[in-house]
Amino acid sequence: MRRLWLGLGLLTVGAMIAGLGLGAVRLAPGAVVHGLFDTNALEATIIRDLRLPRVLQGFLVGGSLAVCGAVLQALIRNPLADPYLLGLSGGAALGAVLVIALGLTAPWALPLAAFVGAGTALLLVYRLSLVEGRRMDSHVLILAGVVVSSFTGALVGAILSLASAAQLRNAFLWMLGGLGGASWPSLLILAAYAVIPLGLLMWHARDFDLLALGDETARHLGADPERLKRLAYVTTGVLTAAAVAQCGMIGFVGLIIPHAIRRVAGPLHTILLPASFLLGGGFLVIADALARSVASPLELPVGVVTALVGVPLFAILLRRTLR
Amino acid sequence: MILRATNLSVCYPGSTTPALDSVSVAVDAGELVAIVGPNGGGKTTLLGATLGTLARSAGRVEILDRALDSWTPRDLARVIGVVTQREEMAFPLRVRESVGLGRYARLAALAAPGAADEAAVADAMRRANVAGLAMRRTDTLSGGEWQRVRVARALAQEPRLLVLDEPTAALDVRHEMEVFELIRRLCTEGIGTLLVTHHLNLAARYADRMLLLHQGRLVVDGRPADVLRAGTLAEVFEWPVAITSWCDGAPQVIPLKPGESPAG
Repeated sequence: MRRLWLGLGLLTVGAMIAGLGLGAVRLAPGAVVHGLFDTNALEATIIRDLRLPRVLQGFLVGGSLAVCGAVLQALIRNPLADPYLLGLSGGAALGAVLVIALGLTAPWALPLAAFVGAGTALLLVYRLSLVEGRRMDSHVLILAGVVVSSFTGALVGAILSLASAAQLRNAFLWMLGGLGGASWPSLLILAAYAVIPLGLLMWHARDFDLLALGDETARHLGADPERLKRLAYVTTGVLTAAAVAQCGMIGFVGLIIPHAIRRVAGPLHTILLPASFLLGGGFLVIADALARSVASPLELPVGVVTALVGVPLFAILLRRTLR
Repeated sequence: MILRATNLSVCYPGSTTPALDSVSVAVDAGELVAIVGPNGGGKTTLLGATLGTLARSAGRVEILDRALDSWTPRDLARVIGVVTQREEMAFPLRVRESVGLGRYARLAALAAPGAADEAAVADAMRRANVAGLAMRRTDTLSGGEWQRVRVARALAQEPRLLVLDEPTAALDVRHEMEVFELIRRLCTEGIGTLLVTHHLNLAARYADRMLLLHQGRLVVDGRPADVLRAGTLAEVFEWPVAITSWCDGAPQVIPLKPGESPAG
């Protein structure tokens, strides 16, 4: 287990250096360190004002999505769950596309609309998933997520089909996810939303081991499944909504990272959650560094890179799991 | 009294007839109580109502003289260990980790398991005869091994009451006998056991008391010799049986072939 933490620690440091060094202007690791600690250095502005908030935001978003994926997989007892399963992304996309279609240009308008959209979808899916008025049923939850996603998807399609070419391109790029809007204020807002949900999920890590056994067994081993499911749903919902609002829909991190950690370290959540956070964070920072550098000075949407890297990795993992 | 459930009734949604109709059950320290009866007779429903996982339409349950509803799941898990009829694994663990889940109700949120927890897990694995499987993944176990791991996990809870729903359903004779011997041994240590089983003959030899349920109602509650009577069983199970006696005095049920009579 010590090797796992050592590996993840090295990955985190390596990802940070790569994230701070790669981009339109390439900086060597020495220059990165120089720019970080010397305010008078030439690189200081690029490093401290542009890349550092972006790298930290990428790490926080990647880590949060991976933790959300791991928790939701325990919640619905299915390793194929990801943070967007529950319809949040559809709500967020609807909010964002509305802002783009209405031509609102205030910098806070799009993240706010996406967050409100995701939050509304969260409430709607939650209400639909309650059985007998109070019990949260995992199977109904998935169906409710699919229903809300389909409906918001249809609305987004209708709005986009009436939109101009420029609006269509903006909406399309937003939906593919990106960290281009990262700044110190946006990082602070994201951190404010992320700290409490992440803390609560880590605090309850052991309870998710029990929840993954099913409601009845979890209860007999001392968990309160209904309370735990509500907590998991709301915290992962807030985390995902905050991440989507700031960065659009970045796929595959929430799905493959927990898989990878389970293969190496097993499914106990006291290890799975913090390890997923580190690996998810590092993975997204590296994906963003690639997104900025492969077609420099143009940028690829980071969601495209996570899928391009994530899909083959997932396929390999899947084959090995089935073998 | 560890468990006292009085006049429990359960009605499933959409059904006009109760799945359980005013059934009472009590288990004292060191007592083995077996619940028997035909499929669909209400045995598992009685366990669900007793443990609070099924909503009661009437009746009262007390654990250690305290109303069930006043117990938190965490406190209850320190008193009652349960092995349910079915459990599907979403994410397979090592056997040792799986048995370790039985300690969670005794651990603080972020605290690592201490020496006492490790000892309880090792002891539970030894008693359930799964110590040799400690590092095996649970998805590679046979049905019988998995069942014994679940019994070990319940033992790791260090319960005062064990509730077992058909714990020997997938076990061969040796492991079946080992589970019954283990339960009997635990009873001598003061642990009460409530056991649902289809093994009338083993229940007759090991249980202190038996409850016979049929169509959600209690047919008879008493010592095995009072419960296992040919006429009653033939009526409840809708199959003719003969009753004989083993050398330890326990009644034994012999299902008859068509055309056979008790006299042979």
